[in-house]
Amino acid sequence: MSIMIKTVRALAAAVVLAATAPAFAAGSGPHIERQQWSFSGPFGSFDRAQLQRGFKVYKEVCAACHGLRQVAFRTLAQDGGPSFTEEQAKKIASEYTVTDGPNDSGDMFDRPAILADKFPSPFPNEQAARAANGGAYPPDFSLIAKARAAHRGFPWFVFDAFTQYNEQGPDYIYALLTGYEENAPEGVVIPEGKHYNHAFLAGNAIGMAPPISDEQVEYTDGSPMTLDQYARDVSAFLMWAAEPKLEERKQMGFRVIVFLLVFASLLYFTKQKLWRNVAH
Amino acid sequence: MAGHSNYVPQSAAAKWLESRLPVISLVRGSFVDFPTPKNLNYWWTFGGILFFMLISQIITGIVLVMHYTPSTAAAFNSVEHIMRDVNFGWLLRYMHSNGASMFFIAVYIHIFRGLYYGSYKAPREISWILGVIIFLIMMGTAFMGYVLPWGQMSFWGATVITNLFSAIPVVGEAVRTWLWGGFAVDNPTLNRFFSLHYLLPFMIFGVVLLHVWAFHTTGNNNPTGVQPKSNQDTVPFHPYYTIKDLFAIVVFMVLFAYFVFYMPNYMGHPDNYIEANPLVTPAHIVPEWYFLPFYAILRAVPDKLGGVLAMFGAIAVLFILPWLDTSKVRSGVYRPLFKQFFWIFAINAVALGYLGAMPAEGIYVILSRICTVYYFAHFLVILPLLGFLEKPLPIPASISEAVLASGSGKPAGAVAAPQSK
Repeated sequence: MSIMIKTVRALAAAVVLAATAPAFAAGSGPHIERQQWSFSGPFGSFDRAQLQRGFKVYKEVCAACHGLRQVAFRTLAQDGGPSFTEEQAKKIASEYTVTDGPNDSGDMFDRPAILADKFPSPFPNEQAARAANGGAYPPDFSLIAKARAAHRGFPWFVFDAFTQYNEQGPDYIYALLTGYEENAPEGVVIPEGKHYNHAFLAGNAIGMAPPISDEQVEYTDGSPMTLDQYARDVSAFLMWAAEPKLEERKQMGFRVIVFLLVFASLLYFTKQKLWRNVAH
Repeated sequence: MAGHSNYVPQSAAAKWLESRLPVISLVRGSFVDFPTPKNLNYWWTFGGILFFMLISQIITGIVLVMHYTPSTAAAFNSVEHIMRDVNFGWLLRYMHSNGASMFFIAVYIHIFRGLYYGSYKAPREISWILGVIIFLIMMGTAFMGYVLPWGQMSFWGATVITNLFSAIPVVGEAVRTWLWGGFAVDNPTLNRFFSLHYLLPFMIFGVVLLHVWAFHTTGNNNPTGVQPKSNQDTVPFHPYYTIKDLFAIVVFMVLFAYFVFYMPNYMGHPDNYIEANPLVTPAHIVPEWYFLPFYAILRAVPDKLGGVLAMFGAIAVLFILPWLDTSKVRSGVYRPLFKQFFWIFAINAVALGYLGAMPAEGIYVILSRICTVYYFAHFLVILPLLGFLEKPLPIPASISEAVLASGSGKPAGAVAAPQSK
């Protein structure tokens, strides 16, 4: 009998090894470096100045091709975001033109955007966007920070649950913006009109030309005007655009969990007292 | 159920109601006076946890429906509207989406508890079968719920799963068209999935009542697998198990809250934040994590129809489990060999889950096949044979005897037996 038990145990161990071994080897796709973000962790919050700088980068660079159609101008002035004043948000909105109507004579008309509007997209439809970008479609940016993530694989995804690693999206955006290389490595063929980027998830050839370089956007708060800083700021801004209630969520989470832990311990002692006379 | 109550109505109103509809004694018999084995461990609290999750899903779901629009043109945007504009909409939606995962975590623990302690064996076969039915409806509900946000994984997951039905000989294509309400996954599909996603949880609720009714008729199983012999072996459900279950539910809520507030998208897929696009197929189409073991079984079989049959067979085999296990001993505690095979089966199930997430190529396919064969072998070969080959340990005469023998007996300074209070 004991031989049988040993065999069974050995078999179990073999199954575990067999199931996990290839996982360690698996690591397809680009390696995305983990970055420091003010909004990571249980007490994370956005850096207002960073969001405002990131918005500036978005507006002056990305917005030429990438929309933000889920984001309303009013949210720029909301708590937990870039915290522009209402006046500033109104002014930002008024710089965009949206189509409204029909008016009393049945015509559509253009007007400056107001706080209640959402960001108008730069192209009327996907076909127009592709036509203007050599066949590539610049995705909308409203959710991009949650819609992109490099594959983590086993065992990393297990650790991520404990370290609360949620920032794969902004890490990827940062890696992509700083991942362009002038010359593709030997043996990598980049088609005409594409660009080599070692961080790009869908192969190494990306349709977007390097969108931003040092000194391109003017910062007035003394932050370095470098590609690295631009990439960090716009990644943070896009995280906020994708998850505008992130701060509220984390703050409420702490209160909820503290309450639940206190409540659970009270219940535990009540249960102990109740069961103290029952052998079980 | 009601038979367990010694309730005698006191007030005039209670007497009036009780003589017309004995609902007070029904509830008291089922959830207050109900004699419950006193040795249930924390694995038994998952029934209560599941009931809490079902109610949580129904309540958050009902409120989400007030803001959601079931149409291919508006569904994705309406979910974003919930996330951005609805008061606490982000909380409702994250509770609902993570709640589905927590529901499955709890149901898998609940099922494995039943497997280990032989809760499926006579006389509890009907409870077990009703449980498998609940599990099936849950899978259908979760699958259709995942389609509703109309992201890329919603669309392509729905396409892959509904296409499975085309493997049915002769009528497959017609069945698929009927399911879709058209010739592709489109607006009619989304609308019917929405309708059914709203309906099925209430069906689950109904089957849950039957499930509880069945095991309240036979009495709960317990870690020894020995039926209670006297009232020394049981305690009234309330307050003993109401407080214990409530404690377990609140601890489970901590885990739930951890994911809702700190890791809300951990168990989701980033592609589902891209609106559905029938013209762009994602690089890897993966179902939600709770379907992965069955997905691995589906892909392990090289033939499409064979894969579908194997996948449904993996659940169908659970229905006949009470008759496949030939052992006279109920609880795994007294079955030294079964115990080992139980854990191999559990590891095998996790391995299948892992393989379901991996691309169907190379070593993963071979491993999936080995694990799939083992999955079925456990039920169809190992369990029937074990009953004959295994020499079980001696069974305690009663629950009380087992409790006293295990050393967790009455603590010093005990004042009174519960029955005398």
